[in-house]
Amino acid sequence: MAAETLPSQFDVVILGTGLTESVIAAACSRVGQNVLHLDRRNYYAGNWASFTFNALLSWIEEYKNQQEVQITESEQVWRSLIDEGEDVVPLSSVDSSISNLEVFCYASEEEEKEEETKAPLTSCQPVNAETVSEETTGDSTEAQDTVTGDDTTASDAKTQNEEHKVSEPKEEQHTSDISEPSQSQEEKDSQPISSPEDPPVDVEKKITYQKLVKEGRRFNIDLVSKLMYSRGALVDLLIKSNVSRYAEFKNIGRILTCRNGKVEQVPCSRADVFASKQLTVVEKRMLMKFLTFCLDFEQHPEEYQDYTEKPFREFLKNKKLTENLQDFVLHSIAMVTQQTLTEEGLKATQHFLRCLGRYGNTPFLFPLYGLGEIPQCFCRMCAVFGGIYCLRHSVQCLVVDKASNKVKAVIDTRGQKISCSHFVVEDSYIRDEQRQSTAYRQISRAVLITDRSVLPSESDQQISLVTIPPLEPSAPAVRMVELCSSSMTCMPGTYLVHLTCSSSGTAQEDLAPVVSELFHVSTIPGEEPSEGAEERSKPAVLWVMYFNMRDTSALDSSSYSLPSNVHVCTGPDGSLGSDCSIKLAESVFHHILPDEEFCPPAPNPEDIIYDGDGPQAEGPGFEESANTEADKSQAEEEGAAHEKSPSTESSDPAEMDSVTQQAPSDTTPSSEE
Amino acid sequence: QHGRVKIKSTAQQEEEKRKEREKKLKAYVSARDGILKKRSAGEHDEEALQLTQQLLSSNPDFATLWNYRREVLLHLETLREKDEVQKLYESELHFIEACLKVNPKSYGCWHHRSWVNTRLPQPDWTRELGLCDRCLSLDERNFHCWDYRRVVVKESGVSVEQELQFTDHLIGSNFSNYSSWHYRSTLLPQLHPQPVPDSAPNAKYELAHNAFFTDPNDQSAWFYYRWLLGRAEREEMISCVYVSREGERVSVAFSKPVHVKGLMLVLDGQPQQVQWRSAHPRFRHSPVWVSFTSASPSSFTSSKCKRLCHVLGSAESWCRDSATDQELFRSELSVEKSSVLQAELQSCNQLLELEPQNKWCLLTIILLMRALDPLGHEKETLAHFQTLKEVDPMRSSYYSDLCSKFLIENTILKMEYAEVRVFSLSDKNLTILCHLDQLLFVTHINLSSNQLLRLPPQFAMLQCLEVLEADDNAIESLEGLYHLPKLEEVSLRNNRILFSKKSKCFIRNPFSGVRASA
Repeated sequence: MAAETLPSQFDVVILGTGLTESVIAAACSRVGQNVLHLDRRNYYAGNWASFTFNALLSWIEEYKNQQEVQITESEQVWRSLIDEGEDVVPLSSVDSSISNLEVFCYASEEEEKEEETKAPLTSCQPVNAETVSEETTGDSTEAQDTVTGDDTTASDAKTQNEEHKVSEPKEEQHTSDISEPSQSQEEKDSQPISSPEDPPVDVEKKITYQKLVKEGRRFNIDLVSKLMYSRGALVDLLIKSNVSRYAEFKNIGRILTCRNGKVEQVPCSRADVFASKQLTVVEKRMLMKFLTFCLDFEQHPEEYQDYTEKPFREFLKNKKLTENLQDFVLHSIAMVTQQTLTEEGLKATQHFLRCLGRYGNTPFLFPLYGLGEIPQCFCRMCAVFGGIYCLRHSVQCLVVDKASNKVKAVIDTRGQKISCSHFVVEDSYIRDEQRQSTAYRQISRAVLITDRSVLPSESDQQISLVTIPPLEPSAPAVRMVELCSSSMTCMPGTYLVHLTCSSSGTAQEDLAPVVSELFHVSTIPGEEPSEGAEERSKPAVLWVMYFNMRDTSALDSSSYSLPSNVHVCTGPDGSLGSDCSIKLAESVFHHILPDEEFCPPAPNPEDIIYDGDGPQAEGPGFEESANTEADKSQAEEEGAAHEKSPSTESSDPAEMDSVTQQAPSDTTPSSEE
Repeated sequence: QHGRVKIKSTAQQEEEKRKEREKKLKAYVSARDGILKKRSAGEHDEEALQLTQQLLSSNPDFATLWNYRREVLLHLETLREKDEVQKLYESELHFIEACLKVNPKSYGCWHHRSWVNTRLPQPDWTRELGLCDRCLSLDERNFHCWDYRRVVVKESGVSVEQELQFTDHLIGSNFSNYSSWHYRSTLLPQLHPQPVPDSAPNAKYELAHNAFFTDPNDQSAWFYYRWLLGRAEREEMISCVYVSREGERVSVAFSKPVHVKGLMLVLDGQPQQVQWRSAHPRFRHSPVWVSFTSASPSSFTSSKCKRLCHVLGSAESWCRDSATDQELFRSELSVEKSSVLQAELQSCNQLLELEPQNKWCLLTIILLMRALDPLGHEKETLAHFQTLKEVDPMRSSYYSDLCSKFLIENTILKMEYAEVRVFSLSDKNLTILCHLDQLLFVTHINLSSNQLLRLPPQFAMLQCLEVLEADDNAIESLEGLYHLPKLEEVSLRNNRILFSKKSKCFIRNPFSGVRASA
């Protein structure tokens, strides 16, 4: 029952499914607004997305194609829809927020012989192993295994991934293989690691590129690398709104830093300080004393008054912390720069400390299956309360009422005119003509797949945050997150490593020195790392991707020349937390609905009253001006389907998931024809 | 309001909940009555187990039901084969585990579990230890579980080393856990019955150092540390024998309060039949005991902890252990060699530099100084006491008493060096008197200008006292002046003596000396 057309009227149309947009969508939908949520991509979460390895390869491919072909658009289609007194603001159809993408593979590309004879996927495997550019072939093969059989590779891989996630929240991964007909028993046997909890039994076995592709589904590779402060705005919102029930989380186990080329643990909690072997007892006391002071530094202004105009670094020196401790506090606890002023440094330290102990020994959480889960959780929430979702479906232009200079409608990529009272859009959809300034910052990113942890310890299933002070005074500080396989973001036996810093050059220029400092990067792909004791002490890089992402977080409404009821959401920022995006979402929501509560707790499923017909039927859901009868019944059908979802959702989250997944697949295909 | 999800009102919800609660209560009460009826009818069957199981799994604190279950189980045990008994009790253990999830601190559950293990033909102690591990990782201060763990460890013979490692692990995750520290202090003596002389002397202190440098206000580590430094106890022995030929008395002082039974007095090789009485009739246990004898001895031996005392013609004589032999006042803190103590004192001083206001650190330093060289450190000790009283005013009286004790000890040591029988400690803010057993042979005491509130009953141990000066105190009670055989002169000017009938033997004159008549 693919939808022919969408309802022609909504309260809020939201374009882009990144975190900020998704939170706004959920918040609006929760208080009864009709929400249409669109994304031009075939996956959720925009630049916040997580990809399986294969889907990432397709994403890379798409990026490369986009660089070559500049799409020319025909404007004439929608001209006829514009009435008198209306103006048009076109939107950009090209996403230019990603740049300087480079991919290098160091894993051996030779075939795995014993598997070739057994595994049914052999036909496509040699192709996979050849080059990056041919990866999509392998990907589509996988897509054929999926139930829906759609032609879009990435979205299917994603969907499938979603499904097995929901059915086996944190079970051993090999059980998920059962649901995939193509994965035979032989493969399971040849796979030495059966569960994320088990340490790799067969350490000698090399991980080949082919293996990465074959196990690609076990990866969930984030474009943005962030952690959740356990008392940050995002966690508070997840709890307040009950959206947290859609996701699972893992504690970050330890915080590491790199000093003089050596990776070591940062003692940041009371237990860490107590157990630390690298600190002298006096250092332990000094550090604890300083941290205790930071917890309520506002109460002791006399301690830092003289330093308010001076850098935090100098204040630390004055506090007689040893060099050691100064580094720990500055880079790993406050996570600020040499230039940061004292008060800001103290605030950052305080925030860090207040987050300690809520869920564990470090202040951070990470969502299982990757950060991309979080925007999707909010989308799910939006859908539960009646929001309508369309992927691969964008807006060509805004229709502005000349008199009031307000957007009154949008024209979507299918040429339908949809009226709305508010339009929320992600920054990358905005054309340069609508910008007052185009001076953005950039974030440099690197994603690595490695064969072991930068600091092996008792447990090989820990997520580590590694703060790397600038290698040279001019270079930026680099933040690294090392994810283990039990975080459900990489295959067992590997680690997924994210590096992030604010750009001074291309991502590769910024981050390659750090990569070679901490990892073994072989010169020839697949070359056996030399067994020299020193070299082998570093984990080997199997695969690496560098790219820059535009950081528009510094922009505000004055940076755009747009009608007042258009709300622009900036993309992900470079900081470790997501507070900036959540605060923006809240402020946009209050702009749209000044009198409504932002994301009140979703009601307990048992307390919801169902009366045969959905709420759409009983109330005047739309101002019935432009609506045809057909549209209306369509709307009711859609709405009813969503309204029923809370009842099914309560008992089984899998049901829930299928409802959200349904919305886009119902509407998208027809839009392309 | 369109598009909003409709939610039941709070009143509706309340009503539903209330009804549910009522229903539950009714079911509970009827089940309880049924069980009690069954019990009084003496029915010990499977059904009884089932019924009690239902109630206990929602309320595991119902002790009567656990008792009933035990009766039933004991009865069923007689009817079954050994294999079946094992199964019966194993299922009981599973049931208890479920109950512990409802209330992990239920007395009834833990007690029943111990009991079941005594009835099990083949108890599985490994599993029980695992249960303890799990419970303690959830709540490291569940004392029910600690108790049970000790039972399990004892029964299953888990090695002390293993348990020590377990405490290491718990302390590592949260060192503010006195249960674990205390457990260590019970394990270490088992591992090393005698303090090990030289096995990496600092290793065992390291854990405590880490704890109190990380958080010097956490008292658990400090207590453990003090225990580590001084786990010695004084041996019971005779420390002093005093013989007065003219008073026809023998006084014996012991190293700690005792009740003498069978203390034998041998005069010139002849065992004597003598009555011993404690220094003051109020004490059943006393460090000082006095006997009267009419013989004129030249040498005494008293048995039990044998002590020989020669009286060579003089009117009186004594022999005693020298207080300067260090042991006397050090016993509280230190079996360690002074090199170790010196190192520990350095560590603590290091901490004090960082935390000049920390009371635990100050107090520990005082104790260490006393163990090392009480006279040499006297000045610093007094200064530290002053700081202690300022930073911890709630306990200033405690610190004053402790300081008085140390001052008295020091004066005794000084007296010893000077070899005199005069004890003078005026104008030192003394608040209490102690170690009076050490002053058995002292003739002159000057306690003027202090803050003493009373002359305690122990004062009666000063068997040789002739002159007492205690002007300018706040003395109210003179109980201790009881039966001091040699007392000649007492000066108690400017005190707050409350006269009772007992003390009428004294003639009071607030402005002049008081002369006591024997």
